[in-house]
Amino acid sequence: MTWQLTPRLPAQPDFLWAEAEPKASYDVIIVGAGGHGLATAYYLAKNHGITNVAVLERGWLAGGNMARNTTIIRSNYLWDESAGIYEHALKLWEGLEADLDCEVAFSQRGVLNLAHSLGDVREGRRRVNANQLNGVDAEWLTPEDVQKIAPILNISTDVRYPVLGATFQPRAGIAKHDWVAWGYARAAHAMGVDLIQGCEVTGVLREGDRVVGVDTVSGPIRAGRVALAAAGHSSVITASLGLRLPLQSFPLQALVSELLEQVLDTVVMSNAVHVYVSQAHKGELVMGAGIDGYVGYGQRGSFPVIEHQMAAAIELFPIFARAHVLRTWGGIVDVSPDASPIVGLTPFEGLYVNCGWGTGGFKATPGIGWVFADTIANDRPHPLAQPFALARFADGALIDEHGAAAVAH
Amino acid sequence: MRITVDGVQLAARPGDTLASALLRAGRRVLSQGIYTGRPRGLVSAGVEESNVFVQVLSGSGEPMVRATEIEAYDGLRVRTLAGKGLLPDEPDEARYDKTFAHTDVLVVGGGPAGLMAALAAGESGARVLLIDDQPRLGGRLLASRAIVDGLAVHDWVSSMRDRLQALPEVTVTSRTAVVGYYDHNYLVAVERRTDHLGSAAPATMARHRLWNIRAGQVVLATGAHERSIAFADNDRPGIMLAHSATAYAWRYGCRPGRRAVVFGAHDGALAAAVELADAGVEVAAVLDVRDVVGADFAAALARRGISVQTGATVSGTLADDDGVLRAVLTSAGETVAADLLAVSGGWNPAVELFSQSGGRTFWSEAAAGFVPDTAAQPTHCAGVLTGAVSLARVLSEGAGAGAEAARAAGLDVTEPATPSVEGELREEAAPAAYFCVDSAAEETVFVDLQRDATLHDIRRAVGAGLTSVEHIKRYTTIGTAADQGRGSGVLAVGVLAQLSGRSMAEIGTTTYRPPYTPISFALLAGRDRGRLADPERVTAIHDWHVEHGAVFEDVGQWKRPWFFPRPAESMDEAVRRECAAARTGVAMMDASTLGTIELQGADVGLLLDRLYTNVFSSLKIGSVRYGVMCGPDGMVIDDGTTARLAEDRWLMSTTTGNAAKILEWLEEWLQTEWPDLDVRCTSVTDQWSTVVLVGPRSRDTLEELAPELDCSVEGFPFMTVRQAAVAGIPARIMRVSFSGELAYEITVASWYALAVWEAVFAAGEITPYGTETMHVLRAEKGYPIVGQDTDGTVTPQDLGMGWIVSKKKPDFVGKRSFARADTSRSDRRQLVGVVPVDGRSRVAEGAQLVSHGAVLTQPPVAMHGHVTSSYHSVALGTPFALALLDAGASRHGEVLDAVDDGHATAVQVVSPVPYDPDGVRRDG
Amino acid sequence: MLRIPCPWCGPRDETEFCYGGQAHVPYPADPSTVDDADWAGYLFFRDNPKGWFAERWMHRAGCQRWFNVVRHTVTYEISASYPPGTSRPDVA
Ligand SMILES: Cc1cc2nc3c(=O)[nH]c(=O)nc-3n(C[C@H](O)[C@H](O)[C@H](O)COP(=O)(O)OP(=O)(O)OC[C@H]3O[C@@H](n4cnc5c(N)ncnc54)[C@H](O)[C@@H]3O)c2cc1C
Ligand SMILES: [Zn+2]
Repeated sequence: MTWQLTPRLPAQPDFLWAEAEPKASYDVIIVGAGGHGLATAYYLAKNHGITNVAVLERGWLAGGNMARNTTIIRSNYLWDESAGIYEHALKLWEGLEADLDCEVAFSQRGVLNLAHSLGDVREGRRRVNANQLNGVDAEWLTPEDVQKIAPILNISTDVRYPVLGATFQPRAGIAKHDWVAWGYARAAHAMGVDLIQGCEVTGVLREGDRVVGVDTVSGPIRAGRVALAAAGHSSVITASLGLRLPLQSFPLQALVSELLEQVLDTVVMSNAVHVYVSQAHKGELVMGAGIDGYVGYGQRGSFPVIEHQMAAAIELFPIFARAHVLRTWGGIVDVSPDASPIVGLTPFEGLYVNCGWGTGGFKATPGIGWVFADTIANDRPHPLAQPFALARFADGALIDEHGAAAVAH
Repeated sequence: MRITVDGVQLAARPGDTLASALLRAGRRVLSQGIYTGRPRGLVSAGVEESNVFVQVLSGSGEPMVRATEIEAYDGLRVRTLAGKGLLPDEPDEARYDKTFAHTDVLVVGGGPAGLMAALAAGESGARVLLIDDQPRLGGRLLASRAIVDGLAVHDWVSSMRDRLQALPEVTVTSRTAVVGYYDHNYLVAVERRTDHLGSAAPATMARHRLWNIRAGQVVLATGAHERSIAFADNDRPGIMLAHSATAYAWRYGCRPGRRAVVFGAHDGALAAAVELADAGVEVAAVLDVRDVVGADFAAALARRGISVQTGATVSGTLADDDGVLRAVLTSAGETVAADLLAVSGGWNPAVELFSQSGGRTFWSEAAAGFVPDTAAQPTHCAGVLTGAVSLARVLSEGAGAGAEAARAAGLDVTEPATPSVEGELREEAAPAAYFCVDSAAEETVFVDLQRDATLHDIRRAVGAGLTSVEHIKRYTTIGTAADQGRGSGVLAVGVLAQLSGRSMAEIGTTTYRPPYTPISFALLAGRDRGRLADPERVTAIHDWHVEHGAVFEDVGQWKRPWFFPRPAESMDEAVRRECAAARTGVAMMDASTLGTIELQGADVGLLLDRLYTNVFSSLKIGSVRYGVMCGPDGMVIDDGTTARLAEDRWLMSTTTGNAAKILEWLEEWLQTEWPDLDVRCTSVTDQWSTVVLVGPRSRDTLEELAPELDCSVEGFPFMTVRQAAVAGIPARIMRVSFSGELAYEITVASWYALAVWEAVFAAGEITPYGTETMHVLRAEKGYPIVGQDTDGTVTPQDLGMGWIVSKKKPDFVGKRSFARADTSRSDRRQLVGVVPVDGRSRVAEGAQLVSHGAVLTQPPVAMHGHVTSSYHSVALGTPFALALLDAGASRHGEVLDAVDDGHATAVQVVSPVPYDPDGVRRDG
Repeated sequence: MLRIPCPWCGPRDETEFCYGGQAHVPYPADPSTVDDADWAGYLFFRDNPKGWFAERWMHRAGCQRWFNVVRHTVTYEISASYPPGTSRPDVA
């Protein structure tokens, strides 16, 4: 018997970062060392020269959603506001390995969003047109075109929800989430940022309406500015200030199969039947499952969600029938009423929020890091962040991505 | 039995696994390292296996399974793999089922502890489910030679099985692996029913079955997995876990080697050496890392002429030309020729399910393993899982846990006597927490064989600054392969502890995630495939539509006729013909899918006033009113007509896709906000069916079918409802119109739907039409479709329906939101009509509207709105579309470009009601 | 899979129910007197505690009635289940 050798993935750097002890005070404290927190720290240092920065992480670095997501990266969102921030991110993704001098396995293999009803077709075309006019690459594909890109997809018409077409963004793709986080951590650390793990923030210190630091499990730390990048835990932190955020935290699940010989070279998403799948670098199928039906901070999901998901997956990809679920897990996603993020200033001077990315914030990592750092450094919303202000919930100017495109990952 | 491996035939015996058959056949090199290409062979006899995976080609096929888990059958065909599975192309014809069980006590594991637990609980009268993943009960006893209650273990296990089977409330299920332990004592198990039967499998039997179990109490008796020790060149075929080697010898009757070296860190390794010696394997050397070993064990070995080298380790191995183990290098500098190196670093209690349940584990020095701490759910642990070693203790713990569980389930329990055990060596010296023999050749010290990850990788990770075991795992990929770290997880923690000088307790383990063993996608889907993937809803008239050649559209779960092409007719042609019939003659449509809700009670009017934007309480009996419903945020969620049939009886219609949602919406307000209102709601969508009769000549048809009904304009005015026989069938008829034409909705009990439909069809030259024509007709009148012309961001005012928003009512759901800054803007996106300037081009639905002449090649191009619906209008003789446009209401007449896929079509903004704007046609 | 106690039908699997978010968020008695910020509060802002939480459920595949449950959002323990319109019991 002769077996095939599998090429190794590129090696990660010999040195990433060294653990730091918290100092008594910093110019900026970032709460949460997920992708967003780390990228923010990096751009604060790189773009704004602010390096007296600590990123406080309650667990291990990038162990939250950053370690759990299905890594889909795309920018083909419907509304101008969304296209603005996600396309900014995608452009940064395209130069990220060079910028960080580190491999993140960013692979522009394209993302298909399938349409299964005439309504889906209409919305898909609407989105493609909006994307093109916004300078975001997008195509509308017929079922036959779709099958050329993903030959294992079942495009026969006599299935319950046939494929009537798809939107395709060729520049979209996937990356390795851990490597992205480590790349940012390494670069931020190299510029002097303190990365502090096992340091849960338990409250925010204030003097009047000014925020002056945070309370942590290892004692108070003062800071000129405090920036929250705590994803699903954001509202727990702001609750200590009496600041309410319109967020609900839900478990969102994902799963992987065993390592398989390559069968799928692109990313396929079908919102109507809740299937999001790619075949990752090592060969495993990575799938996002649905969100649990009820709020929770249990980092596990409900089993029926997975059962439901698989039924749909096999309809679309009959060849998956005998693949196996090797591991399932959940992350806590912070869902806002319009499925768009909340970014910007708060009623408290020196306190900045970045949250509400829900099921789709991985792809934004470089973009939001850039924009959030700029917002913090200049104490005013970056133009791309402006539409995502907290105030929109009072005046009604929502950016309703799920009303229309209904695709969030 | 004959089996075929990589095209070569081998013999197998009943009871064999693929692995034991391979081993007996002398096949040693069965795989290679995924990245290194180094030869690999079997390392275990069970779920610990991390080297030998095969693709199953016979039967239903499998992409990647452990050779140790496949029961051999005549005709089994497999292909060996090197780290990656292969998905079979052929469709999966097998059946997969789900089953549900509710039990007082679930016992997981049919080894000695589990058997005792099931007996103790079962004898109390509790409903007990005992689940075991092996073909036979007994667990580790299957490879043991102890005497229990005076019986050889196999006989004792049989007697236990008989006793359990005699208890009416006890169910025993083999070949079933509990794979998930979720909240509220909900567990999931996978039963393999036919895989071992080969071609003898009954065609009617589901291949696998997924058990959904809700247990009052759970006893975990999941045992332990043997842990290896890492050393240089520890991946050669012939290097095997010690108790797997003994299992091959004593359970499967095949010798794992001729001449063995045993290397261990606890007395269990010495026990394995005894077993190997007694099985006829020449034990050339026994190396123990400890300075003190169990005296009983040393004595038992001495009796067999074998001495134990204490404080000794393996420093490396040598291989023959095939890469198979040839000799073992010891720390004493010896080279010991051997074809088997049996290694045992200790036991890793199988805490996976316990962890999944939310329970925490701790590092037990006494057991040299992570063992369960306090449980998070009603869970009881017993046996080897808790770190117990001696069989006597395992049995008594099992009985205790079973009794405790039954007691917690509310039963009276008399604990059964613990069986006596003879012939067992007593555990004497403490195990060592020893994981890795350091070596300069660290790239050959494998920690995760399947990932080809080594001591070198861990050292690099530590050097990179990583301290968390989760980071180490991710940096090295240790623990991410198909065995999910069963073989490598704790080992890696141990290596990390050795390298960093930190304690096992401080480092801890990574989180165990379900499933415990892989579950196929097909099994998760169960029967929800193909036509059963999602119910298909059809109307009572569906078969007629099929017979008459309708093309269908999916609307929610409904199948609705989209259009009725005649032979050789295109969709456009068919729709044109159908539209013309409706505008000039008479046409009919099946509208039974519209949601229908009957509302009864004194306060229905009040409820509707609160939920619709307009007033309903003033509606007269026998009249019908159109209404729009908004969410509290002021955005349109549904629309439809409601008729008042009697003082306290109303009939509401909803859009097809929203029927269930709106009923729940009504119920939610009634139950949670306004319980004082006297209103009851019932869905009657399926009970009634509706035939829509449309067209200037529809009155003639109705008169003919319902001779007793006064169909005159005065006798049956617009927006009223009548009761009358239609074609002799009791019917309710409403004069409403979704097309602008004279129209009637004839509603009958669904039993009669087909009869009425056929009677109407037979009444003259009547053209059946589908949803596309319906859409064209309504679009020509500017009637929006909720969900097509709205997307959750549209208010009634945006739709030009300010007239339907009551100014008089103090409140209704949504009203307050209209006053918000953004919602009250006058330049919001508003519904308009657009027509092509050239009078010919039909714009695409989903086209974006931009300034006329905008340069498309220089994004971003500002978008002013988008096309929501677009048709060829027969009535206008030109294409016509609806669009949502910024400040649209004030831009009629303006020329814009509609852009689809980069192509611009000049369009003019017009009123959204191009056809019959004064509504003169509705009376016929 | 949660096991949710319906006050009318008894304990059932979560798949029989639909979720209604935070309990005890009444529709304002007179929305016209509520300012924009408070109205946004009613529309969009809900508690999101890590701990005990009173929430609404509806027994969709059973009695179709709404009720409230006190559940721990980390452990998912349920400590109470009670009809709408009654106040949160003093448990947990
Ligand atoms: C299963 C799953 C699949 C997903 N798939 C995709 C996808 O395909 N594409 C995509 O774009 N997005 C996806 N997402 C969403 C994406 O992961 C998140 O939106 C994004 O990771 C959030 O930003 P983050 O990385 O900063 O969050 P996190 O990584 O969650 O970072 C927040 C950090 O804050 C820490 N923290 C919380 N509270 C405190 C405290 N009090 N003190 C200190 N630290 C604290 C947390 O421990 C955590 O490390 C997915 C999410 C999940 C769960
Ligand atoms: Zn109920």
